Amino acid sequence: MSQPVWITGIGLVTSLGEGLEANRPVLAGGAPVLEEAGFAPFPVHPLPPLNLDTQIPKKGDQRQMEPWQRLGTYAAGLAIESAAARGLVADMHLVVAAGGGERDIGLDEAIAAELARLPPEEAGPKLNERLASGLRPTLFLAQLSNLLAGNISIVHGVTGSSRTFMGEESAAADAVRIAAARLAEGRGGIALAGGAYVAGRWDMLLLYAASGVLHRGPWARLAERGEAGLVMGGAACFLVLETEAHARARGATGLAKLAGIVTNASRRHGADSAAASAAALAARLPLRPGAAVISGMSGAGAARAAEEEFLAGLPGHGPVVHTAETLGHSVEAAFPTNLALAAASVQAGAPQALVTGFGVWRGEALALVEPI
Amino acid sequence: MRDHLGRPIVAVTGIGLVTPLGFGVAESWAGLLAGRSGISRITRFPTEHLRTTIAGQVTLPEEVGRDPLTSPDRVERMAALAAEEAVAASGIGAKANFPGPLFLGMPPVEVEWPHRIAFARQGNGEAPGSYKALIAAATGQQALFESCLFGGVGERLAERFGTRGAPISLTTACATGASSIQLGVEAIQRGEAEAALCIGAEGSVQPEALIRFSLLSALSARNDDPTKASRPFEKARDGFVMSEGAAALVLESLESARARGAKVLGLILGAGEKADSFHRTRSNPDGGAIIGAMRAAIADAGLEPGQIDYVNAHGTGTPENDKMETFGMRAVFGEHPNPLGPPISSNKSMIGHTLSAAGAVEAAFSLLTIRDQRLPPTINHEVPDPAIPLDVVPNVARDAKVERVLSNSFGFGGQNVCLVLGAAP
Repeated sequence: MSQPVWITGIGLVTSLGEGLEANRPVLAGGAPVLEEAGFAPFPVHPLPPLNLDTQIPKKGDQRQMEPWQRLGTYAAGLAIESAAARGLVADMHLVVAAGGGERDIGLDEAIAAELARLPPEEAGPKLNERLASGLRPTLFLAQLSNLLAGNISIVHGVTGSSRTFMGEESAAADAVRIAAARLAEGRGGIALAGGAYVAGRWDMLLLYAASGVLHRGPWARLAERGEAGLVMGGAACFLVLETEAHARARGATGLAKLAGIVTNASRRHGADSAAASAAALAARLPLRPGAAVISGMSGAGAARAAEEEFLAGLPGHGPVVHTAETLGHSVEAAFPTNLALAAASVQAGAPQALVTGFGVWRGEALALVEPI
Repeated sequence: MRDHLGRPIVAVTGIGLVTPLGFGVAESWAGLLAGRSGISRITRFPTEHLRTTIAGQVTLPEEVGRDPLTSPDRVERMAALAAEEAVAASGIGAKANFPGPLFLGMPPVEVEWPHRIAFARQGNGEAPGSYKALIAAATGQQALFESCLFGGVGERLAERFGTRGAPISLTTACATGASSIQLGVEAIQRGEAEAALCIGAEGSVQPEALIRFSLLSALSARNDDPTKASRPFEKARDGFVMSEGAAALVLESLESARARGAKVLGLILGAGEKADSFHRTRSNPDGGAIIGAMRAAIADAGLEPGQIDYVNAHGTGTPENDKMETFGMRAVFGEHPNPLGPPISSNKSMIGHTLSAAGAVEAAFSLLTIRDQRLPPTINHEVPDPAIPLDVVPNVARDAKVERVLSNSFGFGGQNVCLVLGAAP
């Protein structure tokens, strides 16, 4: 049993703005929107102001979240609205690719400064005292990874099922892959999948700085960055996926067809390389010559080299767009965002669009999008 | 070897366990049947200023007499121990060559306080303790990066066991372990894989995680006698007890298990889920989502509620969960041959709430319940709660005829997953 799966709704927010129209310039290598001072020496692509009330009408709900959950919940609402699927949420299946929510940066810094001056035997009890009195209970929920999905259920009523994948770029590709596979085999007719990433966050910059691959200093084009070429970008993208039969039965317009999505994780050493992994994945897709390539190249050196090697071995592909050049790298939001841009690409006339995802550290994913 | 919906039947051929009751299936299960509590006073870190000072703790051999590992390292280590036991028991594949995907239920992980404090002590010219100073000290620490990435634990386990494809790490709060099994079941039913390695692992007994749960008023504060603190379904229950551990199941299509002559330990007959849209930490008072998940699992197994012989409870010991679970039990099993419904007991009364591991740990215990035809008890059942008219197998294990078990997992954030497990055919 395998039914065709369509993308019938897109909820997209990037530094360029909200919605697919605002983001079409990405396909032409449009200029980036940057914030270079706030998180120096790391440039980031900031998020636009969101009119949260339009998608998260209750202020109480907004207060229960921090920016990451608000962003994702907002984009999920845009996707449902775009698919005209508000009435279908009770049976809609949900797969979210999640990072973690925001920490209390001020509290972290104050505690770290205080504890750094104490002998180890005093630091432990002091940590307890400061956390127990300083942490806000609601912040725990705002930080929990699965509570982005929880908030999407609460705010938008999506309750068919709810799963949250963790694992950076791979988590997002597998979220879409499994959501689509379940539809294709007849487990439900409609699903929502995607992720969100806030780039301007010291806690996430701490994690990525540890990798040594964050780009420092003024923003530069991908080709001009060194091995440490990763620039983070804020984005969120949720896709409404639907079986063709389900969409046709309710008269919904398909934006594009998801013709295939495949994922793998090579060990990235020796013969088990990311380039070979991606080449094997490409062989499983009904790829034809001339397919536009919507590349998720993040700027991290080793992954960039692997993707270049892969594309060099891919015969007859069409033009390549590096979306992170304009938008930055948005981790769990990157692959869904590029799927949305692939839909825009086939709408604009590309015969097929191939989405690539090479995780900064691990994970290879490809998806093929076709016009309806 | 297909089920009532024409899908491949899913068998369990290997089980591995790490719990506060012991390392391995034998020790954990013997402790559970004996009604032994694995809850103790926290010794891993100082407990001054904490409202709750007890937990279920698994002390790894490499931690004895040394600083404890951070959560991601503990999660990985316990997951690996459980998976080694499960894979060895199943006899599947070859060393570092497991013929299927990995589904890993685990908690979110991040840079923890021991690292933050160490970085802050280094100074580095920036204001001490500031994120800029932490970043200056952390830059280029690849091992820390790989440890704290969400995909890091899964990648290392995938390499160690040689699982196929991208490992999938997931969280659905307290239903996480059950979700990892459900994903494995679906992959086999879909024909994507002949086998799957499904793990639930938890290692979050550390100060910040404990304080966060404490601030939600979710934890028991019965610190005086730790073994008596976890009291699911009992009148004086006052919250759950945080705990840790791991469980791994090797799933295979029954057909491939039979073809290679593997011993089948049991079947996963069905899985059901339903999300709740009511509140971040509470179920809708109408019980709709938990009732829906229980019914969906039973229907997915092609069964009627009357065919369920025993329920492995979510049974956290919070006033709210146990009330709602009782409500769900009455609704789903109102017509059951037994007027109280099937017996239901909570493993958490002994091992505490192993959070991301719980759904997998309890699925493993459900299979052992069927294997030995013996129901583990709900301990600390001193004063029954008149609002809970259930047979909770109070205090002492007992023999029973058990062919089919419903295992409940209900999560914060409204993510509810139930599994139906059955005897080997």
